[in-house]
Amino acid sequence: MSTLSQVSINKITADLLPKKFGKPGIIWTTVLVMLSIGGLIGYFRQLQSGLSVTGMRDYASWGIYISNFVFFVAISLVGSLITAIFRLTNVSWRTPLTRISEIIAVSAIIFAGLIIIIDMGRPERFTNLFLHGRLQSPIIWDVIVITTYLALSLLFLYFPLLPDLPIMIKHSRAGSVNQKIYKFIGSFWKGTAEQFRISESAVKIISIMIIPVALAIHTVTSWLFATTYRPGWDSTNFGAYFVSGAFLVGSGGVVVAMYVFRKAYSLQEYITEKHFNYMGKIVVMLALLYLYFNINEYLVPAFKMKKAEEHHLMSLFTGEFSYLFWSAILVGMIIPIVVLLFPSGRKPLPMFVMGVCVVVGAWFKRFLIVTPTLLSPFLPISNSPESYAHYHPTWEEWAITVGTLAGALLIITVFVRLFPIIPIHETIEEQSKAHKL
Amino acid sequence: MNGNAESSGSKEIQRRDFLKGVLLAGISTSCSTKDPFTEAAKRELVQASGETVQLLSTTGEIIEVDKAFLKPIEEIPSTTNLEERMGIKGKKFVMVIDLSHCRNLKKCQSACNHAHFVSDAQNWIKVHAMHEGEHTASYWQPTTCMHCEEPPCVKVCPVDATFKRQDGIVGIDAERCIGCRFCMAACPYSSRVFNWDKPVLPPEVLALNYSSETSCPPKIGTVSKCDFCPDMARKGELPHCVSACPNGVFYFGDMNEDVITNGSDTVRFSELIRDRSGYRLMEDLGTKPSVYYLPPVDRLFKFEEGLKNQEASRS
Repeated sequence: MSTLSQVSINKITADLLPKKFGKPGIIWTTVLVMLSIGGLIGYFRQLQSGLSVTGMRDYASWGIYISNFVFFVAISLVGSLITAIFRLTNVSWRTPLTRISEIIAVSAIIFAGLIIIIDMGRPERFTNLFLHGRLQSPIIWDVIVITTYLALSLLFLYFPLLPDLPIMIKHSRAGSVNQKIYKFIGSFWKGTAEQFRISESAVKIISIMIIPVALAIHTVTSWLFATTYRPGWDSTNFGAYFVSGAFLVGSGGVVVAMYVFRKAYSLQEYITEKHFNYMGKIVVMLALLYLYFNINEYLVPAFKMKKAEEHHLMSLFTGEFSYLFWSAILVGMIIPIVVLLFPSGRKPLPMFVMGVCVVVGAWFKRFLIVTPTLLSPFLPISNSPESYAHYHPTWEEWAITVGTLAGALLIITVFVRLFPIIPIHETIEEQSKAHKL
Repeated sequence: MNGNAESSGSKEIQRRDFLKGVLLAGISTSCSTKDPFTEAAKRELVQASGETVQLLSTTGEIIEVDKAFLKPIEEIPSTTNLEERMGIKGKKFVMVIDLSHCRNLKKCQSACNHAHFVSDAQNWIKVHAMHEGEHTASYWQPTTCMHCEEPPCVKVCPVDATFKRQDGIVGIDAERCIGCRFCMAACPYSSRVFNWDKPVLPPEVLALNYSSETSCPPKIGTVSKCDFCPDMARKGELPHCVSACPNGVFYFGDMNEDVITNGSDTVRFSELIRDRSGYRLMEDLGTKPSVYYLPPVDRLFKFEEGLKNQEASRS
């Protein structure tokens, strides 16, 4: 560290310290709080009159809650990609992106858990999962891997944060709430060589452990569908299909966050065009991979057109869901692939737009995986009200779903208000190494 | 005794009486002083009221008894949750549905809905108009829960709220169900329905203790489905759909005894299946249903006759 002048250390610290929100920050936070309150109002109504306030009925028995759940689990995988996989493969430019991806992972996985409780007909019996849990049910597997992943992700966020905490304590107002928080979670960190050694090896162990767990959370989530007989779900391809889609949406999410933080905190020196360029190439690769799995998932059954599959596939290709289906394929995969293949497409602004496309496309893609299958049962839909053959989410359902998305963003927002979104200590270390060379 | 003599014509009334009987039993356990079932109460001297009723005695004679001497009896012994989960020992229930006799009357459905307090949108029994191929014959196919031997719903239930009993029945414990609806996604026969709304129930039903054998009272936020009426089996009676069908479409019985009946005809299960080429739905999925079908050949009714009823039920 000595090779880097105190002046530049001070500059890095000043640049990366969390700042008070300006006007846009306050408006953003207010909007998120309001949307979250809207979600709470929707959920209150659902608690009062049961799941009948939703648009779900006996055939479309899973709707946007479950697709939102799959979306959250998917986007949370990026934590393991950028922090663990990049770490183990020595991707040197990852430093400014690690904390961004890890906080996305933590907030998304928290809301994935919440969404499952929201979707339950009897949320007050949640404890039955522990009292009467049966290991043969894929839901129990999901409960196990998701709680494990949450625990590992929290540690993965926490350990690299420790060296930053003394800096935060030093630079926060004495006696302020913020300082109390920093002291509570990190006053034991003295920065001794021994502490660094322990922290380093802990992070190394977690980065190896978290990769199989991350693959497991999304594979098991895909098995919630693939372990049934239903057309569109009955596929041995589903684990890999879901994992590849998860890495894609997660990378898209990180690109969006990179752009927003860079703009909001003027981090142009730290999140550079190089980072966007590299992330752009990764998004292209992942989008191609996901497209490959999509072709497998749809082309092979479409080639055979088994009777049960036909109704489902036609509802996607030309029927009720065709607009959504082709838009999700185009917006979520093909357009980003084309745009990001060009170097000028990998500049920050087009990258941001493509990141938004990937994330929005991925959300609707999850819906297309969940609900159309349920509306294509083996036996005809008979002796049920006409409306049961379709699914139209109600305002309560949308309010709750938007509320959870806002809630996840709110966690990220509060986090960046309290902690440096780019690791300060690591950045100083890296720059002094570069300086030496 | 009296209940049976008075209402043998209508299964529906019997069900109500049964519920009342259970209700009285329920009250009896909660009250202590004026308890009609206690030994003390039985020995009590009863003043004749002067009003008499005619009853059929066990020996077949008609006898006249003063109303004041009548005492409510507990109709069937109540079963514990554990007993209900175990099922009836030595039985293996089976159903055969004769498609050649069905004309979409839906008497099965209305009797079932009435007995289990099922709303019209959440029918446990559905009668499908089947048109399998362009030039194949159309026919009416009632479906119940298939009570599979390899039930996909039981496999996926995270809390053991749906379970396989030793008598072959797949039951639901609505007091344990968390309402995740994974079983509904897993069932290839779409047998399962969900109580999206608070069930509309008469207060005396609402006051009953829940039993997975009667599936009553239904509970909001939980899954329900055809339960094969094990409460009726314990009484030695047929499921409501079987007795309600005027065309004898449904046969019900015990595979171990190899005897099934539709209320009027009693036949050997194995012979009926052999002689009339019985089959099960979606055999290729490996779920091994307990419900068998007899193909729609030599039909009693034309398919078109059932269409009237389809229109009527729509509106």
